[in-house]
Amino acid sequence: LVFTEEDKYGLYSDLLFKYFLAEGIVCGHDLFVASAKEHPDNILKELPAPLLDDTHGKESGDEAAAVKSDDLQDSMKIAWRYQNLPKMEASPTTYTKFGHYYDVSKKMSPELCQSIKLHSFYLHEELSSEPKMKTCNMNSGYARLLQSIQRIISQEGFDGSDPQKKKRNILRIGIHSLGSILWGDGICCSYTPEDTHSLTKFLYVLRGLLRKSLSACIITVPAHLIQNKAIMERVTNLSDMVVGLESFIGSERETNPLYKDYHGLVHVHQIPRLNSLICDVSDTKDLAFRLKRKLFTIERLHLPPDLSDTVSRASKQDLAGSAKLLSSGCGAMAIGKKHLDF
Amino acid sequence: QGKFTLLRDTRTDGSFLVHHFLSFYLRAGCKVCFVALLQSFSHYSIVAQKLGVSLAAAKERGQLVFLEGLKSCLDLVFGEEEQPEQPSPLQFLSTSDLRALFDFVRVSLTPSDGDSWKGPVLLVDDLSVLLSLGAAPVAVLDFIHYCRMTVCYQLKGNIVVLVHSNEDSEDEENELVVNSLCHHSNLILWAEGLATGFCKDVHGQIKIIRRLSLRQAAEQDPVQIYQYKIQDRNVTFFARGMSAAVL
Repeated sequence: LVFTEEDKYGLYSDLLFKYFLAEGIVCGHDLFVASAKEHPDNILKELPAPLLDDTHGKESGDEAAAVKSDDLQDSMKIAWRYQNLPKMEASPTTYTKFGHYYDVSKKMSPELCQSIKLHSFYLHEELSSEPKMKTCNMNSGYARLLQSIQRIISQEGFDGSDPQKKKRNILRIGIHSLGSILWGDGICCSYTPEDTHSLTKFLYVLRGLLRKSLSACIITVPAHLIQNKAIMERVTNLSDMVVGLESFIGSERETNPLYKDYHGLVHVHQIPRLNSLICDVSDTKDLAFRLKRKLFTIERLHLPPDLSDTVSRASKQDLAGSAKLLSSGCGAMAIGKKHLDF
Repeated sequence: QGKFTLLRDTRTDGSFLVHHFLSFYLRAGCKVCFVALLQSFSHYSIVAQKLGVSLAAAKERGQLVFLEGLKSCLDLVFGEEEQPEQPSPLQFLSTSDLRALFDFVRVSLTPSDGDSWKGPVLLVDDLSVLLSLGAAPVAVLDFIHYCRMTVCYQLKGNIVVLVHSNEDSEDEENELVVNSLCHHSNLILWAEGLATGFCKDVHGQIKIIRRLSLRQAAEQDPVQIYQYKIQDRNVTFFARGMSAAVL
């Protein structure tokens, strides 16, 4: 269960969401898209086109068949998010073929979109039907969504209920902007909403569904709007992987020379620890992202070289202040600079 | 015998302690009732195999009673109408009443004829989830109290419970439950992430607090602090600053 905290204007989290779905299409997985804000068909029209191999401009479907996803286990929730990172090291050629690159400036062709089965859930179209399950005092929008997901999972055999089905596929579920007012949940509106448990109950049942079937799910949540932080803590505990996107638009960090190459920061709050005692911790936790014309990249945050002679005290303090927020190597470097300047 | 151990984690994941206690008690021959609310059976099973214990075999011979929360909640939410004599232990999802869960625990750990296990053990992973699912903090504390009376005093068994806590947590209900449990535990194992940040060789530090002050007033609780690193099949503990990477 991949949980993404949206950035303030939703630009970059939408992009990540679309990457997840696009990867699903290219790998031949089935998709389930749920949204209360924008109709899922519109979201699907906007997916980025895949870059196949290193020769750009070739859009054939054979590539999708060639890349096999060999991490299939019966009840696994997969953090496919790492798969979507176009560039983690400096040289992409040493990168093993795990995932695809996407060209953000081009849209995915409709033939490719139609090569897999798409299921969608648009809240405002589903309001008329009554949920046939026990809602357990959950918000009705969430209850309907759960019912829809459960129905697709059992109908299409993702939970292994159909032994005749030889080709096992994965269902990729994307849920957009959960917890916002458009889903009927009041947690974004006030500090003490009347129903604080709907979102967490929904996540628990969803987790149960995901564990029981061959599916992976990404959820984006406008975390900055949720005023009761206790809910966010509980939600973090219930998810396998939690990633926060913080964009620099409109904040004072936009002009900070530390961040001039990047558009935002990526906070990895939690990594999945499944089926083993340990988890795969990367070397660094400071990641930043930038959106170029064709590519959305996530890189390690490194300080730009301090070349100017007249670095004033004010900017040094800014660097040191932001260095407190960085948790490893980079932080030591910045504080070291402060001491040198006496 | 009759001990209540509290596993607590802050800024890190303390579930390795749960895996340890599970395999420890199973190997010791105790009857274990495991209320696993957060992960699936196969997750625990795979880790237990690395630690040398087979959960499936333990379940077969009746040594392990496993409540898989995720699966039971699906049965509750999407299943057909349940029979009134057999309420689901996760009934609190709709009724906020933890009595059914307690009954489940009591029935599974009460020894029946022909049982030759040493001492019952209740293991809960993890208690903070109950609050997320709509149970009131007082109800959770009552549940633990009832379990203690039955398991620790009546049946002379042990209880091990995992809770999450954070330093500047805004989750007051959780903090209430955690603080209250701390006061009533015989032993607290507190896994914390390092205060200085993330490190590859030292995954965290663990504080071991033996609550002697429960027995005799005005006794100090000895606190021991070690640091640890988790590996694939093992966890290594060492004194602070003595990590293999440093020496």
